Amino acid sequence: MSNRTRAALIVLSLLATLALIAPWISPYSPDFLDWQHQASPPGFEASHWLGTDRLGRDLFARGMQAMRVSLLIGVLASLVSVCIGVLWGATAGYLGGRVDSLMMRFVDIVYALPYVFIVIILSTLFARGSIAALFIAIGAVGWLTMARIVRGQTLSLRRREFIDAAIASGVRAPQILWRHIVPNVAGAVIAYATLTIPQMILFESFLSFLGLGVQEPFASLGSLINEGAQEMESSAWMLLVPATLLTVLLVAFNLLGDGLRASLESRDE
Amino acid sequence: MLVYALRRIAGLIPTLFVLISLSFFIIRLAPGGPFDQEQALPPQVRANLDAAYGLDQPLFVQYGRYLAGVAHGDLGPSFRYKDFRVTELIASGLPLSLTIGLAAALLAFLVGVPLGAAAAWRANSFTDHALMSFSMIGVVLPGFVVGPLLALLFGIYWPVFRVGGYEPGVVSFLVLPVITLALPVTAYVSRLMRNSVQEILRTNYIRSARAKGLPARTVFLRHALRPALMPVVSYLGPAVAFVITGSLVVESVFGLPGSGRFLIQGAIDRDYPLVMGMILVYGVLTLVCNLIADLLYGWLDPRVRYP
Repeated sequence: MSNRTRAALIVLSLLATLALIAPWISPYSPDFLDWQHQASPPGFEASHWLGTDRLGRDLFARGMQAMRVSLLIGVLASLVSVCIGVLWGATAGYLGGRVDSLMMRFVDIVYALPYVFIVIILSTLFARGSIAALFIAIGAVGWLTMARIVRGQTLSLRRREFIDAAIASGVRAPQILWRHIVPNVAGAVIAYATLTIPQMILFESFLSFLGLGVQEPFASLGSLINEGAQEMESSAWMLLVPATLLTVLLVAFNLLGDGLRASLESRDE
Repeated sequence: MLVYALRRIAGLIPTLFVLISLSFFIIRLAPGGPFDQEQALPPQVRANLDAAYGLDQPLFVQYGRYLAGVAHGDLGPSFRYKDFRVTELIASGLPLSLTIGLAAALLAFLVGVPLGAAAAWRANSFTDHALMSFSMIGVVLPGFVVGPLLALLFGIYWPVFRVGGYEPGVVSFLVLPVITLALPVTAYVSRLMRNSVQEILRTNYIRSARAKGLPARTVFLRHALRPALMPVVSYLGPAVAFVITGSLVVESVFGLPGSGRFLIQGAIDRDYPLVMGMILVYGVLTLVCNLIADLLYGWLDPRVRYP
């Protein structure tokens, strides 16, 4: 593990821990309106460490709540996309032939569509602000690359002796997929899933920025950035706080994913 | 080549069909309709509205009508913008969106390719590391973070460019949006270019060129750069697609009257024909860009054989 990967991991764990314990260390709840300190800049005055927004809500508390939402949606949406992707790719790769070409042709077609649009359409499907619906919508379009990776791996696994042995001893296809293929593609899946999480976080923030994602009173990093951008002339911190949080989160996840992928590739060689 | 091009164009039709059908049925599944308001309309008014827009018909009839309309180049009436056809609305915003998008793509390639080449020329130097760190951040940061930050820096703290309150024809308003949109593409292109040049520099014919005594500079400029452009060209299609969808965000960040807002506002208002029309137009643009990039690739690289 390189130093960069290790640093990314440490930063991520710190951020995640901070986001999780924030309700106990922050003196304010995310939706508390502090009438005495509206739009006050960051500082130690009245314990609004990162300042407040125009309504007097504490930006630290809100930022951490937004991080929890982002992390939750990022991880859950990645899980959804990993599950679909692995099942789809492993089935296509293992069965081969017509089924394979049909399944992958479908992936190709959906791939060709600009998937920001699919997410926007899907997000209209559900009642606005439903977080569960949001991650299903985002996860449902994120599985395509995963399916391709898993299919490629499965194609090469299928020719290995232990699969022949399993077939010869009468194990049925679903069992082979689950017991022999899936565990063997797990490494690549985990490395790629780490890179999927920041994409999902980005998607969620993007939708929330446009007003199609997480709704008030909940905050998301995207909706905080949107609110901050409207106030930036007078109070730049309202933009800078969520923008910095999102940037650090995304960079750290990407470094971690790159590092994992690199160490996986060097092991394969 | 011609046969291949025609086959690819024919291949667009099923993809478009899937796109239209998917978006048509998914958007109809969504709860809430275009005429839901805080105050419910009188039933008779509601029924007349539904009848006027054909919403009282079975879904498949509506689908058939829509397809027939699309085949004739008519994307239907907008539900929210009264007396406007969807085609008119999109046509009103599209020129601006396309201008921003194409300018950004052009800028990205004009800046990204030399940057990547420079990084490869001085591989593992300070320049290289600096450029690649910049590109890592550029790839990761989304437009809706970069956009407001640029507007804050260069529009407010140090007002070089104008932001807010767009006036048609004033280029100063478009500089920051184009830079915002171009940044991730530039970063990605420079990264691609660097890796590709590095790979080419390790090939045998570069060694031969060195061996026959050509100066390193000539080898680099004459023999390494051109073939190294191939992966960059194949990224053209996805890049233009990215820039087109990215213009949504940039328009919303900088308050530009492009066509992107119709997609977002249409999705919020359940203005079905408007959303469908936007998806169709942007979908066609994306697919066509990918196609052009593929054809260009074959033209640049004579080794490509058409299946």
